[in-house]
Amino acid sequence: MTDSIKKGKRRSFWRELSQYRTLLMMLLPAIVIIFIFAYLPMSGVVLAFKRYRYADGIWGSPWTKGAFDNFRFFFLSGKAWMVTRNTFLYNLAFIAVNTSLAVAFAIILNEMRSKLLRSFTQSVLFLPYFVGWVIVGSIAYNLFNYENGMLNGMIRFFGGEPVNLYGTPGAWPWLILLFNAWKSVGYATVVYLAAVTGIDDHLYEAAEIDGANVFQRIRNVTLPSIRPTMITLVLLDVSKIFRGNFDLFYQLISKNGALYNATDVIDTFVFRALIQSSDTGMAAAAGLYQSVLCFVTIMVVNTAVRRINTDYALF
Amino acid sequence: MNRKENTSDVRTFRCLAFPLIGLFALICLIPFLLIIASSLTSESSIIRYGYNLWPREFSTEAYGIVFRNPARILNAYGVTIFVTVVGTLLSVFINTMTGYVLSRRDFRWRNIFSFYFFFTTLFSGGLVPWYILCVKTLRLKNTVWAMIIPVLVSVWNILLVKGFMNGLPFEIIESAKIDGAGDFLIFRKIIFPLSTPVVATIAMFTALQYWNDWYMCMLFIDTKNLYSLQYMLYQMLGSIQAMREIASSTSVAASSIPIESTKMALTIVVIGPIIFLYPFVQRFFVKGLTVGSVKG
Repeated sequence: MTDSIKKGKRRSFWRELSQYRTLLMMLLPAIVIIFIFAYLPMSGVVLAFKRYRYADGIWGSPWTKGAFDNFRFFFLSGKAWMVTRNTFLYNLAFIAVNTSLAVAFAIILNEMRSKLLRSFTQSVLFLPYFVGWVIVGSIAYNLFNYENGMLNGMIRFFGGEPVNLYGTPGAWPWLILLFNAWKSVGYATVVYLAAVTGIDDHLYEAAEIDGANVFQRIRNVTLPSIRPTMITLVLLDVSKIFRGNFDLFYQLISKNGALYNATDVIDTFVFRALIQSSDTGMAAAAGLYQSVLCFVTIMVVNTAVRRINTDYALF
Repeated sequence: MNRKENTSDVRTFRCLAFPLIGLFALICLIPFLLIIASSLTSESSIIRYGYNLWPREFSTEAYGIVFRNPARILNAYGVTIFVTVVGTLLSVFINTMTGYVLSRRDFRWRNIFSFYFFFTTLFSGGLVPWYILCVKTLRLKNTVWAMIIPVLVSVWNILLVKGFMNGLPFEIIESAKIDGAGDFLIFRKIIFPLSTPVVATIAMFTALQYWNDWYMCMLFIDTKNLYSLQYMLYQMLGSIQAMREIASSTSVAASSIPIESTKMALTIVVIGPIIFLYPFVQRFFVKGLTVGSVKG
C-alpha cells in the first residue's frame, strides 16, 4: 500500500517535471544567477571565522585560533557600537524626515489649483532622484569646500570667517540628512501623491458639507486615507534600518577620516576594512553581524505587525 | 471638484504651505544652477570669489579643455551605453520571464521557487564573500560583465511583475493552452505584450540604475578604458585635485589649467543627457511608480 503511494508520488514527480520542463527552463537563468550571486556567498560567511589568506581562498584558509576572534577584534575596537549606532540613528532620522516631508508635499501638491504649477513643482522635486551619487558628491564639494565653496564665498562676502566644514564632524549629520532628503523626497512624494489623488472625492464633499475647513479635511480625510501607504512604506524602511546607504555616505564623506566618528555606517566600515586595510576576516565578521542584525529585525518587525494587523505584514 | 476658494482657512493654508514647498523646490534646483554657472565662470573668478550662482566673469575655457581631448569621455560614454543597453535588455527579459512563471497558477511548484528568490532579500552573505567570489572564482575583475551580471536579477522587480501578471485573467492562458500554445509562446506572444506597463516600469528603473552606476565599477574595474561615465567623473574629480597639488608646488604650466571650472564642466557633460531627457521621460517614471504600488 505505502509502496504504491510512494510509487505514485514518484511517478507524479517525474510527470510534473516533464510537464513543467518549459517553465523550468524559463526559470533557469534567474535560478542560476541567484544561486551564484546570493546563495554561494551565503556559504562564504564561514570566512568570518577564518584568517583569510588570498592564495588559499575562502575554504583553504585556516580557522582563527578562538572561534570568535574576528568578532572580538571588531567589537573590542569600539567601532562595532559606533557604526551600529550611526547606521540605526541615521536611518531613523531619514524615515522621520523623508516621510513627513513627502506626505506634506503630496498634500500640498494635491491642494494646488493650477495644474501647470503642480506638475512643474512635482518635476522639480523629482529631479534629484535621477542624478547619480557621484554628482551629489560633486555638488557637496562645490557648496562646502574651504577655498572655493559657495557657502564660504557667501560668508566672506558678508565679512565673516570662512568655516571648514570638512573638518567639522558636528555639522555632517544635518548635511547628510539634507542631502538624503534632497535626493529621495521627490520619489516618495510621487508615491504618496498617487495615494492622495486616489482618495474618493465624495469624502471631501461630505466633509465640506459638514463644514470642515482645509486643515480638518487633511486631518480627518486625507491622512487616514493614505495611512495604509504610509505604514507599508515605513515598514519597508524599518526592516532595512541596519542597512546603511553606502552611496550617500561614501560620496559625501569619501576618505575623510576626521568625520568617521559622526558619519561611518556599517556598510562603509566593511568596505574600507575589505578594500583599504584588507582586514578580510574582520570585514567578513562585521558583514555577517550586519546580515544577522537585518534578518532578526525583519523577522521581529514582521511577526509584530502580523500580530497587530495581518494586512500590513511584509510576507 | 468645486471647493470653496477664498475662505480664510484656504488662505492660511496657502500662506503656510506654498512657501514651504517653494523653498524645497528651490533647494532642489539650486545645485544644478550652481554647477552650470560654475562651469561657465573663469578660473580666476572662482579662485577669488568662490563658486557662484551667477558667473562673474563668463568663460567657456573649461569646456574647451574638456572637449580638446574627448577620447576618455567618449570611451566612458561608450562603456556606460553598452552596460545600460545590454544590462537593461537582459535584466528585463530574465525578470519578466521569471515573474511570469511564478505567476502561473497551474505551476504547482511556484511557491517553492518564490521562496527561493524571496529568501535572498531576507538574508545575505554580505559584501566580503560576494566580492571574493566575483574576483577570485568568477574572474570578473576588469571585464565589462562585472558591471552587468551581478545585478541582473532583481527579486523586487520579479515580485512586481508577478503581482501585475497575477491580475491578468487566467482564462487567457488556459484558452491559449487549449489552442496548443507552449508555455514560452504564451509568454512571448500574449502575456508579455499585455504587461507593457510593468515591463516599461522595470525597464526604466533598471536603465537608470545601470546609467548611474559607479559602485560596481569602483569594485571591479582598474583599467581606464573600462571606466563607466560616473566612475570616470569620480576619478577625474579626485585626480584633478591631485594634479593641482602637484601644480601648486612645482611647475607653473600645470597651474594654468582651470581646474575648478573644469570639474564642473565635466559634471555637466556627465549629467547632460539626464537633464536633457528628463522633461520627456519623467512622466513615465511617475506613471511607473503608480504601477509599483500594487503589493507584490
